This record gives sequence, C-alpha cells and structure tokens, in this order.
Amino acid sequence: MSEIQAALKFKSPSAFDFERIRADFPILNLAVNDKPLVYLDNAASSQMPQQVIDRLVRYQTTQHANINRAVHHLSEVATSEFEEARRKLQHFINAKEEREVIFTSGTTDAINLVMHGYGRKFIGAGDEIILTTLEHHSNIVPWQMLAEEKGAKIRVVPINDAGELLIDEYEKLFNERTKFVGVMHVSNALGTINPIKEMIAFAHARGVPVLVDGAQATPHMKVDVQDLDCDFYAFSGHKLCGPTGIGILYGRAALLENMQPFKGGGDMILSVTFEKTLYNTIPHKFEAGTPPIAAAIGLGAAVDYLSEIGMDAIAAYELSLLKNATEQINAMPGVRILGTAEHKAAVLSFAVDGVHPHDIGTLLNQEGIAVRTGHHCAQPIMQRLHVPATSRASFAFYNSMDEVDALIAGIRTVQKIFT
Amino acid sequence: MTNYKSLYQEVILDHNKKPRNYGAIEHPSHHAVGHNPLCGDHISVDVDLGDERINNIAFQGESCAICKASASMMTTAVKGKTRAEAETLIQEFLAMATGKLTHNACPNIGRLAVFAGVSDLPTRVKCAILPWHTLSGAFNAVETTSTEAEEDPMHAPIGDA
Repeated sequence: MSEIQAALKFKSPSAFDFERIRADFPILNLAVNDKPLVYLDNAASSQMPQQVIDRLVRYQTTQHANINRAVHHLSEVATSEFEEARRKLQHFINAKEEREVIFTSGTTDAINLVMHGYGRKFIGAGDEIILTTLEHHSNIVPWQMLAEEKGAKIRVVPINDAGELLIDEYEKLFNERTKFVGVMHVSNALGTINPIKEMIAFAHARGVPVLVDGAQATPHMKVDVQDLDCDFYAFSGHKLCGPTGIGILYGRAALLENMQPFKGGGDMILSVTFEKTLYNTIPHKFEAGTPPIAAAIGLGAAVDYLSEIGMDAIAAYELSLLKNATEQINAMPGVRILGTAEHKAAVLSFAVDGVHPHDIGTLLNQEGIAVRTGHHCAQPIMQRLHVPATSRASFAFYNSMDEVDALIAGIRTVQKIFT
Repeated sequence: MTNYKSLYQEVILDHNKKPRNYGAIEHPSHHAVGHNPLCGDHISVDVDLGDERINNIAFQGESCAICKASASMMTTAVKGKTRAEAETLIQEFLAMATGKLTHNACPNIGRLAVFAGVSDLPTRVKCAILPWHTLSGAFNAVETTSTEAEEDPMHAPIGDA
C-alpha cells in the first residue's frame, strides 16, 4: 500500500467516500476485452452517475415539452426546470446574475459565439488577438477565421519545456492594438494550470477583455468567475459528468448586452416583421431555436452531484491520483512525462521510448485500459515538444489508486512486447 | 472479437524493429507521400518501375508499428512484381484490411494475412493501409495522398476532444 493510499484510508469517509462514489457510475462495472474497464480518458469525456441518468429519465418520462412557448402544464414545468438548471450553473461558477449564463452546445460553440458576437463587432483590421501555445484547436481556429475575415493578427504566448506559459512573454505581447485575449484555464494535453487570474488582471489594466476556455478546469477544481474577474468563461457539460450537446458560456452582462446575436431564429427575438426584428434580452438573445432541454437539466443535476461531493474534495483526491501516477512513471526507465508544470490538474501525457502512441493505445485497450492517444486537438503543443502525438491518461474522482497501478502495469506490458 | 495481441505478432514486431527497404531511391520513377492526419503519421514511397517489373522500392517516415510493418512487408511483397500484379495485391490488401474480404478470399495475400485482424480495429485500419494507399498514389502520379482523401475506402473522419 502506498503512502497516499494509507493516508486516504484514514481520512474521514464522510469527506470523500470513494466506495460510495464509485458505485454511482454503472458504466465503470463494464469489462473490456475480458478485463475490468479502467477508464482514464476523462479529459475527453467523463462518465455519468446514476443520479444524472435518473434525472434525464424523470425529465423525459414526466416533464418534457418545448420551453418558453405554450401555456400548458408540461411546457411550464419544462421551462421552469430549464431555468432552474441555469440557476444551478450560475451558482456552480458563482456568476453574479443568472442572465450571464448562456446554454450552448459545448465549449466550441461557446467560443464561436464570442467570436461572432463580440469579435466580429469589436475586432477590426490591424487589431491583435493574444492566444497561447497551449490552446485547444477550438480556441485557435475561430480566431484565425476572424483574423482572416477582418485582417486582424494572432499573437501567441510561448511555453517552456515543462509546458508552462511564459508570463513575461505574454506581457510583452500587449500593445495599443491588442483587443482580445483567449486562454485556457487547464491544458487538456499537458494538464498545466495557467495563472489566469494574474493574466486577466494584466489584460484588464490595459482595457483588454479575456475569454477563458474552462473545459478542462471545471471538472477538476472550484471555479469562481467573479473571483477570476474573467469576461467570458466557456465549458462543456459532458466533461462534468453531464450529457453531451450542452455547454455554458458565462459572459459579463454588460458585454453580452452589446454583442451581436450569433444564431438567428426562434426564442432569440422579441418581435419579427420583414422590416425589422427586435432581439430578445440576454441570455435568450443567444439561445436561438429549441435548446437541448433534457441535456441542460441533466447538466444541472450533474453540478448538484459534484457540488455535493465538493469540488475542493474532488481536487484534493485527484491530485493524490496524479501524484501517485507521476511518481510511479518517473521511476520507470524508458517512459517520459510530457508536461511537468508545477501546477497541474490530473492529466498525464507520456511517451514510451520506441513505441508509437497508437500502439500504446491499442495495447492498453487490450488490458481494458482506456487512454487517449494522438495530438489531443492541440497540434501546436506537439510541434513545440517535437512529438507527433502523446498518450494521455486523464483521471477523475471516481478512479481508484488500483487503476493507477493497472496503468503502470499496462505500460510495462507494452514495453515487454516491444523489447 | 480478435485478440488484439494477435495483431502484434512476432512478424509485425520484427518488421517494425528492422524495417526492410527503409530509405529512399535516388532517381525513382514513381514517388508519393502519404499522410494520416488523425495521428500526424506520414510515410514516403519511392518506386523504380522498369518496363516489366518493379526493380526497386523503398519507404521511410514516422509511423506506428502497424504502419511501419505494413510498409516493410509491402515492399518485400511487391519487389520484382509487375505493376499489374502489385495493383492486384493493393486491392486485395485494402479489401482484407477493411473487412470486405477474408484473407482466404485473397489469393495473393500470403504472409500479409497477419494484418487481417486489423479489420476489427476501426481506429487502426488506416495505419495498416496508409503504405498501400501511398503506393497506389505513386503509381497514379498522385504525389501527396491522405487517408482522409475522398477516394479513401476508409473515409470516415474521427473527431476528438
């Protein structure tokens, strides 16, 4: 038994009752290739507890109708449950007002909303947008599209070999043409936790708004958008034990009110004639068409579930998983961790000498272990680290210390096959 | 379900470790580069095609074991064959790897049957067929090809997060 396992054993069970939590996730009982499933691809998508599955079933069997429309009973119930979910999300990230919480289809959709709604209105020829080397493609490509359309320029914050942003270089990128900053909170490829609060303060001192891609941060830590003082914060439901097809854009009310709508259609209007259309107030201005109502309500149930465990308890437990895995991998000859930032979330990218990540992925899968292999939608990082791809194990609070050991044993098996 | 281990057989591991015909040909008559944008892998194939037969063939590049072994075994299989024979083998290999034909239904497949199991691994089929796709591109003067190209039999982009 490792030191960490021993420490956890003596921790009060009420603080973090692992066995009870584990039992909430039916999918984790699956066998893959006749081995117990070891699901370590949580950064790509997390699994759903029974409580959220039950909530979806209850909505669909007793509460479903379209929202914001009819006066009949079910429509009123669905509307009220949908808006209740918005309030749950508001509290989850500590947004000041519920109208600052916009339902989107996910982080990508949320960033595209800001690009179209804010960027196309306020960023012009010769203006500069600051992004970082760590960004996921979803926080690069929309801004490239905007830069191409407007004749704006993208400036990129470099990283060091550990995968940490060079904050001095970030600060040097600012000038009078800087109009926007896009930065991820936690790197999906390397796990780096970026010092976004300081970065936001620096940008704000120069009057520049900041969008934070929080897709990988919200599952791992307590996020407080008022404390961060960010202007936009985007994240996805399916990485938070919720359904796919739902995500959140938090935006400061004053900014959202001045933005162009992203999509036109029903629900986002006050009145429509062929001469003139009046847009609805926020958040509805940005929620055209029938939203994924069930998914939004499911996400509300998911953040209830996470909040009940406590994001701080989740963060502490996941760090013990990360520490254990990091120590064990560091002790293995021929295995190298990519991303060694001082502040990391429970994401572990690694390379095995002489073995291509895809071969690692296939062989670990044979042991029932699910990891991600590839470029993690972050090709600029791969270029910077001079690797075509990595293997990535990403942990969630429902992973056990035994599963860390299974990963280590799996990597040893891979090495044995390739020697 | 195929036991994945069966894919990583001795012969494939051996060709990965000691790839045959690895490198470039100085003045190839045919040449192409193949990309797998899903993983960033790429290989180049050089062919010296005489009047009758493939006099020489070589490949190089960055790739996983499945792709490298497939390329290595491809070069040994087609060297000395006519272009028509090589093209028949390309068709048989693609059909076997994509599960359209069993290896028993491919009369020329021979030792390449070790790749039959890849048809059960949709995410790895592209690794096995990239060299064959690239050789086909070289024959047809398509200098750059991709597993994501329209004509690719496995055309099915895999999204990710």
